[in-house]
Order: sequence, then structure tokens, then C-alpha cells
Amino acid sequence: MANTEKLVEQLVTKHGVCRNSLLPVLQGVVKEEHFLSDVAMIAIAKALDLSSADVYGTASFYSFLDTEFRGENIIRICKTITCKMKGKQKIVEVLEDHLKIKEGETTRNGKFTMLAANCLGWCHKGPVMLVNDDVYPELDPEEVVEIIEKYC
Amino acid sequence: MVSKKFKRVDLIFECKGCEPISVVKKALQMTPDEVISSIIESGLRGRGGAGFPTGMKWKFAKEEKSNDKYVICNADEGEPGTFKDREILDIVPNKVLSGMAICAYAIGAKEGIIYLRGEYNFLLKPLNETIDKFNNSLSKIGLDFAVYIRSGSGAYICGEETALFESMEGMRGEPRNKPPFPTKIGYNGKPTVINNVETLVYTAMIINIGVDEFKKLGTNDSRGSKVFSVSGDTPKAGIHELELGLNVADFVKEFGDGDTKAVQVGGASGFCVPRKQFNETIIGFEGIPTGGSMMVFNSTRSMYNILNDYLEFFAEESCGQCTPCRIGTQQLIKGIAAVKKGDMPSDYLDQLMKLTDTMKIASKCGLGQSVANSFSSIVTNFREEMIY
Repeated sequence: MANTEKLVEQLVTKHGVCRNSLLPVLQGVVKEEHFLSDVAMIAIAKALDLSSADVYGTASFYSFLDTEFRGENIIRICKTITCKMKGKQKIVEVLEDHLKIKEGETTRNGKFTMLAANCLGWCHKGPVMLVNDDVYPELDPEEVVEIIEKYC
Repeated sequence: MVSKKFKRVDLIFECKGCEPISVVKKALQMTPDEVISSIIESGLRGRGGAGFPTGMKWKFAKEEKSNDKYVICNADEGEPGTFKDREILDIVPNKVLSGMAICAYAIGAKEGIIYLRGEYNFLLKPLNETIDKFNNSLSKIGLDFAVYIRSGSGAYICGEETALFESMEGMRGEPRNKPPFPTKIGYNGKPTVINNVETLVYTAMIINIGVDEFKKLGTNDSRGSKVFSVSGDTPKAGIHELELGLNVADFVKEFGDGDTKAVQVGGASGFCVPRKQFNETIIGFEGIPTGGSMMVFNSTRSMYNILNDYLEFFAEESCGQCTPCRIGTQQLIKGIAAVKKGDMPSDYLDQLMKLTDTMKIASKCGLGQSVANSFSSIVTNFREEMIY
């Protein structure tokens, strides 16, 4: 856990000790550790001279700043109407079957977390998913497993 | 009201004017006041959905006396059915930056920020490279202005301008009361112009092609053209720039699949136009304005499911600070489910419409206020689908 504190220190040095830095620092921790642990939030609070409740309160507002344990790779499948119309449910089923988890869960080996997301901005090319920051539009149920395997 | 004919336009993506800096140089030959009056004269209104006159926004910000002013590009595109800002930032980022620089020159700002939604983080690397080059070129021509990016973190509400400032200031993305408006008290409490990605490109194009050329397009209330994000039951899903003021019938003739039953104009917070109103409905500020989202539905689709989807979206994305929006969105979901199941009589739908009217008056920001748009237009026009 000392690593987390070091990471926070680096991020705070990079972005500066002020409230405006809070989101970039939180984002930086999520990028490395995939979620915000209590240790991370307490370290951030200390470094930015905020209360840890304030840090948690801010982080928990944002869906990309998870405060619960997340796997190494986060899959976000767009659940908005046009992706539904283009067959996103089939994609979810294939992934659930392959990863042996339900939407919202993390695989036992901690490799993947699968989440539903609101409109990802690819309505003309649905269904679409994000794996971490990478985007995969026009998903085909037969190809989706292959995509996921790249992250194993 | 007479609608304009269907006409394709190519101002946003054409390459003329995407050479960095050339448009900015052109603007620098004018005085800041001349730039602002050109934008006012052009009749350009914001392309993010709300439609505030862009030139007036710039004028208000210029009139503020402050050493620190900001130009913010709102790239927190999140309205269901909208994806044009991503394409614009991907294909012609220099035009967006040029618009920001022109605005900075006009109002006297030194700092520009693009607030990019977290879902578009894959754009960060190429966009940062473009920005670095652009900032360099700006310093070469002697304009003291530089742009950088701030990322969002998956909150739709942060597209609301004051929520966006809160987010950049390290807070929960909860909208502020207005007034004061951002041009007076914006980011960091300083005068701020916040414009949508597409709006900024049009400002650069107006300087480039001239006000008169731009004004030839569109109608009195809706000058110019607009980039539409077309999705749903259409063989031509994608980005299409069209002259404003066309009617839904012509739109459907071009983009429908022959069986179009409704078009949702403006996304979840927009209006649902049923087939019987296609002819009389103009797409523009005199009819139904849109941030660009055009979702086409054919007769195989359940309007109940569509409405339920929109409501779930709003319930999840409501920031929760004001009661009408937080509780209202949840009650609407329960309400239409109860009518569908037969637990409540069909006239309960009218009660729910009254609830959306209350939300429209009492909600703090555009999110809660606009739930009534899709709710009443779908429930009124497809009442039987809500009940049976």
C-alpha cells in the first residue's frame, strides 16, 4: 500500500496542491489502480488538505471513479436505446457466459469487471463497448470474446 | 411556417479552413469588437442544444473587466443519440481550436480548456498532439492564449455548463443557480465563455467564409447549418450536416427505412415527433431545436420501452441535489410501470404529466426541466402503447 501513497504524492506534485486538482488526481489513481481504495482516498485528502469524506463524496458522484474494487480491465457496455436496438443484450450474454460473471461483477481472478454504461456516443455504430479507454464499435457476438482475450 | 428544403452542407468537415492558424490570423486583422459583431450578425446560436446566441455570450464576457477570463469548449457530449462532437474533435480538431482562439482574442482570455468526456479518453493522445502544435503556432503569431484538456469522469450532468465548472473545480458535478451566468461568474469565479464543440467550429467558419455567406443558410430563427447525429432504424446512420429549418418529413424521406413511426429529435431530453406531425414539424429553433441527436424508430419498436429507457437514463444521471428531479424521475419510472401492469388506471398518466410540468418549473437545471419534453410527447402521441 505504500505504492498507493507514492502514486498520490506523484500525482499531487504533478497537478498542484489545490482543490481544482482533485479530479485529475482521482483519475490518475483510477488509471493505475482501477478503483479508489480507502487508503488512496485518505492519502489524497491528506495531500490536498481536504476531509476524506469530501474526497469520497466527490469521487462517488462520478461513474468512472469507482470506490469499490474493480478488476484490471473494466468493460463498459453501452445500454442506451440505440445500442439495445442493435443487439447489445446478445453481447452481454456472450460476455457473461465467457467471463462467468454478471453485469456489475468482477471475475474471480480480478482480470475483468463488466459494467453497463449510459450512452457512449457511438449510436450509429452500436452495439459498442469500452475496455478501459479503448473503444470497440459495431460489436459482433462472435468477435467479442476474441477482443476480450487480448486483455488476458 | 414554411420549412426549408432538404439540403446537405459541408462547412464543418470540409478541409478549407482546417489549416491551423489561418482563420485565427484573419480574425486578428479585425478588432475584437468587429469579431463579436460578426458573430452576432451571423445569427449563430449554440449548437449544444440550448441555442443561446453565441455572439451575445462573447459580448457579455468581453464587457466584464477581469484579468482572468476563460474560453471553455464543452466536449462533454452525452445526450443519447449524439456523437457529432467526437467526430468533429477526431477529424477537424484544428477548427475547434481556431474557434477557441478567435473567442479568446475577442473577449480577452489567455486560457482555454477543452472538457472532454471520459468516454472519449481514446482521443486524448492525438488531441494533445494537435493542441501542442496549435499552441506553438499561436505563440508564433503573438496571441497570448493556450489550450489544454480536462477529462470528465462519466457524468452526463457535467455537460450542463455550471456543473462542468464545479467538476473542473474538483467538486461533485452539481449545477449552480443561474444567474449569475458564466460570462460574469464562471470557472474559478471568473468571466467564462463556454461553447459547444460544433459552435466553436461555426464561429471559425463564419470568420473564414464571411457573415453573408453563412446567413444565406437556414431561416430567420435558425441561421446556418447543423451537424446531425442520425441513428436508430435508418440505413444511413452517421453524421450529416444539413441546412437548418427543414421539416421532419423531408428528414424521414432521406433517412427513414420506409416504416418510420417516430423521430426523437434532440435525444432523451428532446421531443418525440409521431408520423402524423412529420410535415408540420420544423427542425430548428422555430420548431424543435436539437443538439443534433436524431433517433429514428420504425413500427416494430415499443414506445413504452423507449420512454422507459430515457427515464432510467435521467434517473441515473440526475445529480440528486434538487428534489423534483431526483424523486420525479424515479416516480415516473414506477408510474408508467404501474399503468402498464394495470395496477393504476390509464388516467394516472395525466397525473404523471402534471408531475413533469412541476419538474419543468421546479427543477434547478435543464436535466430535470427537460424530462417533460420526451415524457409528454411520447405519452400524448403513443398513449395506447403506454397502457396496453
